[in-house]
This record gives sequence, structure tokens and C-alpha cells, in this order.
Amino acid sequence: MPVPFSQTKDHYDLIVIGSGLGGLTSANRLAYCGHKVLLLEHHHRLGGLATWFKRNGHIFDISLHGFPYGMVKTCKKYWNREIMGSIVQLKNIVFDNPQFTLKTTFDKNDFTNILNTTFKIPLQTVHDFFTTVAGMNFYDDQSMTTRELFEQFFPGRTDVHRLLMEPITYANGSTLDDPAITYGIVFSNFMNRGVFTFEGGTDKLIQMMSDELEKNGVTICTKSKVDRIVVEKGKVRGVEVNGKVITAKAVVSNSGITNTIHNLTDRNCFSDEFLSRADAIRVNNSSCQVYMGIRDGERIADVGDLLFTSTAPEFDSAELLDIHTRSKTFSVYYPKTRPGHDRYTIVASMNGRYDDWTRLTDEEYQHEKEEMTARAIADLERYIPGVREKIDWLEAATPRTFNRYTLHTHGTSFGTKFEGLDISRTIFKEVPGLFHVGSVGIIMSGWLGAINYGVIVANDVDGYIRSI
Amino acid sequence: MTNDEIKDLILEIIEDIDDEADFDNLNPDEPLRDQLDLDSMDFLDIVMELRKRHQLQIPEEDYPQLATLNSCVNYLEPLLKNA
Ligand SMILES: Cc1cc2nc3c(=O)[nH]c(=O)nc-3n(C[C@H](O)[C@H](O)[C@H](O)COP(=O)(O)OP(=O)(O)OC[C@H]3O[C@@H](n4cnc5c(N)ncnc54)[C@H](O)[C@@H]3O)c2cc1C
Repeated sequence: MPVPFSQTKDHYDLIVIGSGLGGLTSANRLAYCGHKVLLLEHHHRLGGLATWFKRNGHIFDISLHGFPYGMVKTCKKYWNREIMGSIVQLKNIVFDNPQFTLKTTFDKNDFTNILNTTFKIPLQTVHDFFTTVAGMNFYDDQSMTTRELFEQFFPGRTDVHRLLMEPITYANGSTLDDPAITYGIVFSNFMNRGVFTFEGGTDKLIQMMSDELEKNGVTICTKSKVDRIVVEKGKVRGVEVNGKVITAKAVVSNSGITNTIHNLTDRNCFSDEFLSRADAIRVNNSSCQVYMGIRDGERIADVGDLLFTSTAPEFDSAELLDIHTRSKTFSVYYPKTRPGHDRYTIVASMNGRYDDWTRLTDEEYQHEKEEMTARAIADLERYIPGVREKIDWLEAATPRTFNRYTLHTHGTSFGTKFEGLDISRTIFKEVPGLFHVGSVGIIMSGWLGAINYGVIVANDVDGYIRSI
Repeated sequence: MTNDEIKDLILEIIEDIDDEADFDNLNPDEPLRDQLDLDSMDFLDIVMELRKRHQLQIPEEDYPQLATLNSCVNYLEPLLKNA
């Protein structure tokens, strides 16, 4: 249970700013290593983007659309067996667009089969492609783009490019122009065994994580926004919240890397060379979502768990970002999502640009939101005829919503482009005791990426604290 | 620590990471990674565990020295001499 901020002590071994999956995991690992940890979260609940909200008896999940099988091992090692035990597969992944319509388990075997029989790609080519992406490491050469990778193996096959790229664009905001390694690493993670989810929903996961943190002795305060990271004599001294300074040997910021450098820390603490690289960091796109709740007692047919739909003729990264995009995913949550809670909900997700939504007047903003909601229902009608009449709750989120809840620069959903990783990894060399954890570099985002990165950073922090 | 104790220590840590790890046919000169299905996160766990148990600080550039069971022993032996 979070404690009121007024009950915090004046000193901890370390302070974690933000309770996204990266921050939660770093806090948990460091407490497990024996350090006294204070976790401060600005929102009233833990989880960051791994969150949910309740309306009219419905529970809507924001970022529980699917993650790779690697979560099983990661949750077992860095959280606990109960959390691991709730991870289940989503077996029905649907693609529907003008180029093809198909259903898949989204794993290497099924994709090999589909690429070979439906798309008529020679088995050897499919095999070589899988071997190439599986062998990619984040420290490899990053000059090749994903577009070049696809052209090398499947020249001119825009249908194949779409099959391979569309889900990953939704999963981490990457485009055909990002380094091929960022594609290869994330795609291979999914292809390992398919797409998985957390049975019981995000609320259950975060409750279980919160219990584990408590067991390991982490002090948690929600509704506590850190205003400033205090640096003295070039070293981290603590944080300031509501005028109160709490000191610590190290601070781990799970606030965005751009926020951490530009808004939380005095710029004079960094070298010019570091700042020029930090200023050049590009953040990833934000998101839009439409939440649809099915009236209690109504049922809908099983049309698949995750539907990648589009009426755009070909895959185009820019089209997916357009405020009027014709591409969206539907996550359909059947009663199996939360056993015992007999409800159906559907979340339509789109990528979105912050600027497109902030430049609107309030009136235009409301209008665009309504239009987006109407398009989502019309599109969903193609898969679930008559669904319109069964919906009793409708709500939409835009990049402005994501920015408000997470404070992330431009409401970024998936952290930064590749260059953010190096800045995040080296910030403690600029300001001893200051670490960053959270979505960066495309590969360290998503639930699995954020948790694993939490472990990597916890290792750096533990090493640092034990060396001073 | 003797070489055998270091070996046991490493195997014990790996067993904590993966309780299904099978050490029966382990070749001490072949990479652990290939034989036991360990990934880079698992190696990080080994590093963290060594720091926790024996206050060892292993810099990132030395991680490759932990590749095989025998290379672990060679690398750790001087560091754990008095442990
Ligand atoms: C719409 C959407 C759908 C997604 N779907 C999936 C999916 O299906 N599968 C998947 O694996 N991933 C998905 N993701 C991505 C995934 O949710 C994120 O990559 C991951 O949760 C990010 O974790 P993080 O550690 O970077 O922190 P975040 O979740 O970004 O959290 C950062 C936290 O820091 C807090 N904070 C910031 N500044 C301060 C401050 N000054 N003081 C105190 N607290 C502060 C924020 O309030 C927030 O709680 C999705 C993301 C979005 C937006």
C-alpha cells in the first residue's frame, strides 16, 4: 500500500522517480539487493502506461494488447512465480487489409508456413530471413534500415512488408526507416512463441507487483510528482517534491529520458557534448485509443483476440500516423481476460502524432475525437455486425491524454528512437548517481523491454552504490 | 575459494536462475550460453549475484570472460582467493 508523502523519511539509499514497468522493476531488484528504496509516482496509481480504468462496470486496459513469450522467464526471475503463472497465449491474431486477410498464431512456424504457402516465398528465403533477424544484437551495425532489410529478402513485395511490419509499428512505433536491428530484435522476440497476455488484466498484475515491492520493503508514494533532481558538487544528492528535499545515494529516473535531462535536472550538470547528443533525441509517436464497453449480459462472437485492420491500399508508416488513419488494431477482451468478471470490452488503438492533436482548438479537438470514435465503431461493425447497439460505454484517448497522465514529451507511447538508448545508458557518467530507466531506443520499450531494462539499470545502480 | 568451490558457486547461481538447467553433460570449455540456453539477461543475473554474495565488481568489458565454466573459474580465482 502506498503511504502518504508526509510519512517519507529524509534519506533513502536510492529513490526511483516513476512507477512504469521499468521503474517498478528497478525498485524491486534494488530492494531485493538489500537497499532502502523510495518509489515516487506522480499519478494516483502505479504502472505508468501499464494501466487501466473502470467505467460503468467495465475495466479497460490501455497497453495489454500482447507481449512476447520472454515475459514468462522475465517475470519468474525478476518478479515471482504467481505473476509468471498468469501469462497466457493469445492464439487468434487476425490481419485484414486490401492486400490479404488471414489468421495466425504469430509465431515462427506459422509465419514460415504462411509466407511459403500464401505468399509463395521460397522456404530457403524465409529461413534465411528468420536466421538473419534472430542473429541481430543491439550493438551490431545499425546502418541498415528495416526497409533495406525487407527489400533484400522480399524485393517489391509490399504485401509481405505489411505482414512483417504492421504489428511491430503498433508494438513500438518504429518505421521502415529505423535501424533494422530494432525491428529484428523485437520481431524475433514475438516470433519465438507468439503473442501473450496477462490473465486477470493489468490491474491484477500491478496489484501483484505492488505486493511484491511491499514484501521487499520498498516505500511507495503515489500522487508525488518529483519537481527536481538535486545535484550537488556534480553528484546526485536527492530529489525535491513539493518543496521537500529527500536525499539518496542514487536516483533512478523512470520519467522519460528527455524529461529527465531537460526538465528535472539542471542543464549545467551536463557536458556540452552530452547535451548536444541529448538535444538530438527523437521521441517516438504517441497513440490514440477508443474504448468500447459491451452492455452487461450481452455477448459477442469470437472474432479473434488482436485484429490488425486497414483499408489503406498498402502499408505506409506515415498513413498509420495520420490523424485520419484508416489503419487500426482492435483488441477484443472476452470474459476469459478476467475470469469471474463476465464482461466484453474492445479497445481500438492507432498511432498518433502529438502535434496534430495539440494544434486543434478545444472545439476542433472534441470534433476530431468524435469522428475518430465514429470511425472505430464503423470499422468494428465489419467484424462484429450489430456491435453498435451493444455498446454502453464509449470513450477516447489522444496524445494529449497520454501526455497528461505520464508527463512524457509529446505523449510518447514508446519512448525514444535508437539514439536515446546510449544517452540513457551513459547519463550516470555525466552525473554520478543519476540513472535512467524506461522506454528508450525502441528495443527497451514494451512491457518486456521495460522490465528487462529495469534489471539492467538496477545492476548499474547496485554496482555504483556498492562502490561509493 | 578453491577452483571446485568456484565451479559449484557458478552452478548454484545458474540453478537459481533456471531450476531446470541440466548440468550432466556440461562441457566446461564450451560456452555456457549454448549448452544451457542462457541469454544475456542471465549473465547479468550472474554478475549481480556475485556482487551480492561476494562484493565482486565485474566491469562490463569483462563479461565475455564468463563465457565458459572454465573461463569463469580462471577469471574469478584471483578475485575470490580470500573468500
Ligand atoms: C496505447 C499503448 C499501447 C501499448 N501496448 C503495448 C502492448 O500491447 N504490449 C507491450 O508490451 N507494450 C505496449 N505498450 C508500451 C508499454 O506500455 C510501455 O513501453 C511500458 O509500459 C513503458 O514503461 P516505462 O518503464 O518506460 O514507463 P512508463 O509507463 O512510461 O511510466 C513512467 C512513469 O513515470 C511517472 N513520472 C514521470 N515523471 C514523473 C515525475 N516527475 N515524478 C513522478 N513520477 C513521474 C509517470 O507518471 C509514469 O507513471 C503500449 C503503450 C501505449 C501507449
